Amino acid sequence: MVPGDGGGALMLGIQLAELLANEPVGVPEALEAVDGFDRTLVGGLGRLVPEEAAAVTALAAAVSASPLGAAATEAAEKVVAGSVSDERLVTLAASRAALLGAVHDAQLAALDAAVGRRREEWPAPGGGEPPPDRLLDGARSWLRELALVGWRGLTDDSLRGVDQALTALWAEPAARRLAVLLDGLAGELRACLPLATWERLPVRRWADMWAAALLLCQPGVLRAEEAPAAEVSGRLLPLGTELHEHPTAVQLVVHALLEEGGDRPARLVRFAVGAAKVETLTGPTVWRLLTGFPVLLRALAERRALSVTGLSPLEGGELLWDESAVTLGEPADPFVTARTQLAGAVAAPLPPLRRHPVQLAEPVWLEGYRVRKDVLTLDGHQLRLDVEHLPAAGPLTPQLVGASTACVGLLCWEADGWTLRPLGVRATVRRQEVEVHVGDWAEGPTDPKAAKSEAKWGDPVAVLRERAGRLLRA
Amino acid sequence: MVENAETIRWERRATARVVPGARPRKVVKVPFVELADGRLQGVVSSGSDIARVYVSAVEAGSHDVSCGTNNNRPCGGARPGGCKHVDALVKEAVLQYGEERVGRYLRAEPGEGELASRLRGGGISPDRPAAEVFSRFLRHLAYLEVPESAAPLPELRWFPATGAVR
Repeated sequence: MVPGDGGGALMLGIQLAELLANEPVGVPEALEAVDGFDRTLVGGLGRLVPEEAAAVTALAAAVSASPLGAAATEAAEKVVAGSVSDERLVTLAASRAALLGAVHDAQLAALDAAVGRRREEWPAPGGGEPPPDRLLDGARSWLRELALVGWRGLTDDSLRGVDQALTALWAEPAARRLAVLLDGLAGELRACLPLATWERLPVRRWADMWAAALLLCQPGVLRAEEAPAAEVSGRLLPLGTELHEHPTAVQLVVHALLEEGGDRPARLVRFAVGAAKVETLTGPTVWRLLTGFPVLLRALAERRALSVTGLSPLEGGELLWDESAVTLGEPADPFVTARTQLAGAVAAPLPPLRRHPVQLAEPVWLEGYRVRKDVLTLDGHQLRLDVEHLPAAGPLTPQLVGASTACVGLLCWEADGWTLRPLGVRATVRRQEVEVHVGDWAEGPTDPKAAKSEAKWGDPVAVLRERAGRLLRA
Repeated sequence: MVENAETIRWERRATARVVPGARPRKVVKVPFVELADGRLQGVVSSGSDIARVYVSAVEAGSHDVSCGTNNNRPCGGARPGGCKHVDALVKEAVLQYGEERVGRYLRAEPGEGELASRLRGGGISPDRPAAEVFSRFLRHLAYLEVPESAAPLPELRWFPATGAVR
């Protein structure tokens, strides 16, 4: 490895060892304060037992040295005394977010140091119009109710309380992030009814979503995406594709390198396209919801580069995808891109309000490892593989991951450590080398068996759209 | 409750999987199925008239059934224990959500055998939720009218897609 060139592309055993060995200081303490608060949301802030009251106080104490300190102390005192207001809930959610933001920053710094990744701010727009504030009132009052009664106290009625707010939020593009988050949370809570009977609850996950939603409801946080003064042009080389999905939303996120030409280093960028959906539309059918982006889907299915003339950069290393600003380029093997160019690429930091450990998803390239029982071993160092999050919409399976020797994946972090979520692998199947990427099925399954199985469902998107056309305009 | 290390680890995961995702199914006959408002409820297409749909429901707990057209005409075949529309609804609900989840929501008798046989064969529901369920169906269909979007949704990181089978 040439000193100074990073080496973030090929993740070496020695880098992996450094990442796994260096747990940043303060992380366990920060998470303990978060955990304590999260547990108070199980039974609700409306009736705290002494142990829970102490956890609320401890959350405030954990941020006492920060600018939030005084407000957090006051909010905790009032909430413990039984006086819960929107403002106090937001202060507690912000305290929690500050701790998790610090964990995010520490882990990302550890990762950047281990793989030698450079990170630079890049010009980003200030954002467009915010949604009208009254639109957020319904969401705020529902989130307050959740906090008061707690997960265990939720009923069908409390969940129905969000429906009206959701209808209004979905109709406002500038509020889409909040609509998607609340709908996902509400759907999951509904799926768990009756909640009193569950032995264990996803305490961190639901508190995360509750707090994130509450912060999105603050004036000025949500804004429409606005075309910025500067635009970027050049060549986009896709590295890998992720899919995110809940009952009413699907999103495709592409990690790619942007070459702007000249002697500028390539940028590590992401862009996303998404659609609203209904629960039965899942598996390979989800690609059919994204057919409004034919150039992108074809580039993924055929593993091609894209020529870009004037895409808008957004905060955090993202691009605002626009089919009219891109054309299909020549074939581009994602593995070649990762192996030869990911090392020197420059990444961007996330804006402060988005810093949370769940947002850690850094593309890396690994080669020459072995896999046993969903654990990868590289030069004697072990990394867990996240095979739980391989989408049904794509061809990547746990078996292929298990048989792989090279991969582009995302390093993700949870409270129990780093994992690698594969986006594409090279594997040996029946003595033949194959390369399989999540995006391979972007234009429909290429595997005859999967194509046949998908055909069995007919075209549910078309069937439901026909029903919608007939009934919504009847 | 005994808390073991695995439970604690799961409870601290931001992407902990809570319930298995819905499975795809043919939607021609039963375009809408949901577990909400204390019922398994949904919309079943009429076999004879493309413009007509039946709204069918099974109450959680009592397992009382109801079935009628969207403009509130009762289903001719409705009887305690169901009709062909209710049968189709239960069958498609099991395909979509799995027997365990539907059974739990309806508070079916635990045990072996098909879900339909473990429902209590309740009476005809005094409630006629047709209008309410139909409006939920329309609300559901309205999602398909939302335009696609290229604005990144970072909050979906809490929802990485799953489901590739071993």
